[in-house]
Amino acid sequence: MELAEKPHLRYQKKNSYTKMAGPKSSFLNLILALGSVTLLSAFSLGYVYEWTLEPIATAKREKQLRAINAVVEFDNDPLAEAFSVLDGRRVEDDPNALVFYPAKKAGNIESYAVKTYSDQGYSGRIEVMVGLKLDGMIREVQILTHRETPGLGSKISAPEFLEQFVNKYPDKFNLKVTKDGGQVDGISGATISSRAVGEAVQVAYDQLQIIKENE
Amino acid sequence: MSSRSIITQLTKGISRENPVFVLLLGLCPVLGVTSTAINGLGMGLATTFVLIMSNIVISLIKHLIPSKVRIPSFIVVIASFVTVVDLLMAGYLPALHEQLGLFIPLIVVNCIVLGRAESFASRNDLFPAFLDGVSMGIGFTYALVILGGIRELLGSYSLFGLKILEGDGLLVFVLAPGAFIALGFIIAFFEWRKSIATKAKKAA
Repeated sequence: MELAEKPHLRYQKKNSYTKMAGPKSSFLNLILALGSVTLLSAFSLGYVYEWTLEPIATAKREKQLRAINAVVEFDNDPLAEAFSVLDGRRVEDDPNALVFYPAKKAGNIESYAVKTYSDQGYSGRIEVMVGLKLDGMIREVQILTHRETPGLGSKISAPEFLEQFVNKYPDKFNLKVTKDGGQVDGISGATISSRAVGEAVQVAYDQLQIIKENE
Repeated sequence: MSSRSIITQLTKGISRENPVFVLLLGLCPVLGVTSTAINGLGMGLATTFVLIMSNIVISLIKHLIPSKVRIPSFIVVIASFVTVVDLLMAGYLPALHEQLGLFIPLIVVNCIVLGRAESFASRNDLFPAFLDGVSMGIGFTYALVILGGIRELLGSYSLFGLKILEGDGLLVFVLAPGAFIALGFIIAFFEWRKSIATKAKKAA
């Protein structure tokens, strides 16, 4: 092949290494090279980590606030007053606990935004934010994270599916899908995902009842 | 470097040596993230940043690295830049990070990045290595946007999030098999164009 025909190879050709130019591969050189490369990387990563620590925390906080804002109304800081609940008991930092965000108006708790979940999704955990009034009425339901099939199970995030929960009382409105004898209209082709959302809402409601009894 | 060879360097990634359609490198993220054009664009730009930065650094340190430890050294450099992208994106583009989160760490093992480091940046000076990174990055990004655009158009009848046609679209193009089908047709198109060019050359 002529060089003129493959101009993009010219640089490789001109230098024409069979091996890379570099220091001899002696034991000391290997240690020095790898050691300094990793040390420099570690320093620069540490710097970037420090630098982005605050923006990342702010972004996370804003995302949570947005989700809470979508399901309840409040004039307090629900993030600061949040607490975790597992099986009706308050716990600290348990990944399987539900998180309750008290939504206050003029100092009185009016409702809770509850971060709940179901592990019965089609592909793993579905995290749901539910706004519950103190009397148990569902204000609003939002899907936080899911890994359901795009185009099928992912429709659980659609307003058409979620608005059927709004203003319902779980003690009268059966949160099972119609297929299981409940009142939730499942998405066709995504019964498993729909069932999981109903279950997550039910768990949030049940935990709220236990908490109210204990207080 | 003459201006002509600069242009040749810059355009090679787009068609002649397109990393996705011609070299068929880094197909895991290509198939994974391209369900929409926006996702393709974000992933492409993130990879471009890593490609350019790692090409620059590797061409600078190439004389200091003994050849026996070059691969681990390159991987450390690449992994560091990927982590930088990951952190910056989480902080400043949280919405995009949520969509691409899973695939960002995978840039480390994207064969394009290590491939360019090993076959180009470690054998060339700073400027050609930089151009190579830009060119390959543009080629990768444009391939991802095309594939993502086609899949979004057929799969949900929209483009860059804008609804073009009413209706739900062909579900298969949103799912993984649709990525293979669409990519197959695009590669076939590139091969067909190449064969026409060769024929024209022979006839001349």
